[in-house]
Amino acid sequence: MEPQQLILRYSGWVREALDELPDCFTITDPCVSGHPIVFASDGFLKMVGYCREEVIGRNGRIFQGPDTRRSSVIEIREAIREERCVQISLLNYRKDGTPFWMLFQLCPVFSKDDGRVINFVAVQVPISRKSRRSGVGNSRREMNSCEDGNGFRDNFFRCCRREVCSDSIFELGRASAMDSVSSHDDEVETNEPCEASEVEKTKASAAISNILSVLTHYSELTGRSVCVKRCRLTGNGHLSASLNISLRRIKQSFVLTDAFLPDMPIVYASEAFLKLTGYDRHEVLGQNCRFLSGTDTDTVTQFQIKEHIQAQQACTVRILNYRKDRTSFWNFLHISPVRNASGKVAFFVGIQIDERCRNGETHGLSPEMRQLSVVGAVKVAVRGLSMGANSS
Amino acid sequence: MMLKIKRVPTVVSNYQKEDAEEGGAGCGRNCLRSCCLPGSKLPLYAFKKANKLVCEKGSFDSVNKEPPVEFLDALLLGEWEDRVQRGLFRYDVTACETKVIPGKYGFIAQLNEGRHLKKRPTEFRVDKVLQPFDETKFNFTKVGQEEVLFQFEPSENNHVQFFPNAPIDLENSPSVVAINVSPIEYGHVLLIPRIFECLPQRIDRESFLLALHMAVEAGNPYFRLGYNSLGAFATINHLHFQAYYLATPFPIERAPSKKITTTSNGVEISYILNYPVRGLVFEHGDNIEDLSNAVSESCICLQENNIPHNVLIADSGKRVFLFPQCYAEKQALGEVSAELLDTQVNPAVWEISGHMVLKRKEDYEGASEENAWRLLAEVSLSEERLNEVKELIFEAASCFNNVEENKVVAEVATTASSEDLGEACEDGDALKGSGEPAMVHV
Repeated sequence: MEPQQLILRYSGWVREALDELPDCFTITDPCVSGHPIVFASDGFLKMVGYCREEVIGRNGRIFQGPDTRRSSVIEIREAIREERCVQISLLNYRKDGTPFWMLFQLCPVFSKDDGRVINFVAVQVPISRKSRRSGVGNSRREMNSCEDGNGFRDNFFRCCRREVCSDSIFELGRASAMDSVSSHDDEVETNEPCEASEVEKTKASAAISNILSVLTHYSELTGRSVCVKRCRLTGNGHLSASLNISLRRIKQSFVLTDAFLPDMPIVYASEAFLKLTGYDRHEVLGQNCRFLSGTDTDTVTQFQIKEHIQAQQACTVRILNYRKDRTSFWNFLHISPVRNASGKVAFFVGIQIDERCRNGETHGLSPEMRQLSVVGAVKVAVRGLSMGANSS
Repeated sequence: MMLKIKRVPTVVSNYQKEDAEEGGAGCGRNCLRSCCLPGSKLPLYAFKKANKLVCEKGSFDSVNKEPPVEFLDALLLGEWEDRVQRGLFRYDVTACETKVIPGKYGFIAQLNEGRHLKKRPTEFRVDKVLQPFDETKFNFTKVGQEEVLFQFEPSENNHVQFFPNAPIDLENSPSVVAINVSPIEYGHVLLIPRIFECLPQRIDRESFLLALHMAVEAGNPYFRLGYNSLGAFATINHLHFQAYYLATPFPIERAPSKKITTTSNGVEISYILNYPVRGLVFEHGDNIEDLSNAVSESCICLQENNIPHNVLIADSGKRVFLFPQCYAEKQALGEVSAELLDTQVNPAVWEISGHMVLKRKEDYEGASEENAWRLLAEVSLSEERLNEVKELIFEAASCFNNVEENKVVAEVATTASSEDLGEACEDGDALKGSGEPAMVHV
């Protein structure tokens, strides 16, 4: 699966071009379930001690371990969710189980066509021990732990000398770091366990920009260009990417319509909805929900829906709807308003149940309860993601 | 001396306000007591007790993996929305404006003008973390059955089980999840362990494990559980945990930490760094129970030493934050500035974790990182005091005993003021031995 992943979007030369870059980095594909690594540079593989086959197709969390800080993992999780860059110190583990600090910089790569995130690029620069905690005055316990004290240094240098560092800037940074150990590091230690130096930050940023220019270049040749900044989305009714991601977790058939746009077009349709109705996503987005109605649909029911929507109230109806192939089905439909973080009704969510499927599952939740749980999940997602969470 | 503060009590049940007027005779409102209980049914969710690891390797992108919404999550959201549509809540919390306060830490503010409307302040005693259960005051057996969402219990076998219509078996001492009719966010519920045993607000091993299981079962990092002890802004002395959904990280979850020690069964305990409220964070452990015991034993130690505290279960049960606090005591002693008191923000677990519910529009509009920080800094113990409290915990909690190099001298425990000791002993089993180490002075 690995070669196709990259080649689909980039021309065949991209792999060689990436291989020529000296940096430690991986490329992941968020569109594939599990968000796997689809490319790992030689430098990266040397640093972590895995071979390529062991890494491709796996998720980046395989490099994390017991002492990897949860707060850092959360930073990265939120950056992925919000599809933005992040630069953070992270404790990762090699295959042999030894931990090492590195500067982790992650950047999304967008499709030029529709603004979707195609890949994430993650550059990893090992951090020299300059600002490592001194460990002086700490107990023996800490020295035994790989994370702290001398144990860490030994591991770290072993890794750098033998395998990774051929880079002179990096050698230089480390040499000067050795001189300044243990004097005034205490403050840094308590603030952040391992702060990267400016040299390392610059190195990470430079690597990112090299990789991105390779990707951009080789995507242009395929006519499916990628870009580093999300292109301005034109046209109405595009949801934020992060909301899209959250909604994808909800597996039932439902649509979201935008209450602020004229005629309330559909701005999100779940996989199950497409399966139920037989339409493709692009045929559905931008439509008003009435397109599911047909000749035998009861106009009184339609009016009833309209009234509830105008009054911003939830309602449940049984309505005759039509699939793309014009076959009809009784839709047990629940509609509810959904407010954003400002407290305004921003969307309506409509959850469909094909009435024939209503009487399954005796041990699970009732279909009615599952509809309501979709309403709840959508309300939580919309509220949380419209709070202006890009605080850092 | 008895320390009290005045505050508006939170109305968690629609049957709470009438409580004072109620004569106590005949009920007829479908409550959870013997008058109404016979024949009643409620959904029952039985979780598997498996000793699985709490911490699989960190979840790099649990969001992009898009696991389907978990069953408990779906049950809770569905039942809660059902109560929304039945009009059981005092207000629509999703109509309350909320935002992330600009700045480095990402404090969260909500404007909630309806939560405390029309309530008279009541006096609360804040200098005793353990107080006996008082049958005459409001407790959760008095809520309406429609306010209870489901029963939550360990499964008999090793599988998750769900019974949409299970009888409420008094003998079996069920734990239940009920709505809070004054929610501070969507899905705000109360977990009431063994409700019919009428336990006072006091952590025990079994109850805390139940709460931790709930976080693990929900499997949603944006669903967190919290606990307030008496003296740390709990208002109802009937054992309960709170929980709600908020799909954004709490500032406390982003705070770095510094490891202090690892217990014999692998639970790591750290100081929280770079955060206005000092506290401890517990994580890892060989299984859920180890993590749970480390926290509950710490809480038990704080209770017995009369130190008010708040607990946050975050990260789907992977991390637990523990904050000993001293705000209510300062408030009772008149040491909190009028400006802070005017905001009427009670720094309980959610506020301490960085989620501020504000009652006045001007406070919401003017909310800044500095203000939030200033308020929370008042809640925090001093560095020395936290260190003392930590030593106290390490000495008392038996699961830490095997930890090497913890030959700690618990000076604090021996410096109980004799004046307080007499009163402390009234509670019988409430306070053992060490007396009251002078409720935290900064």
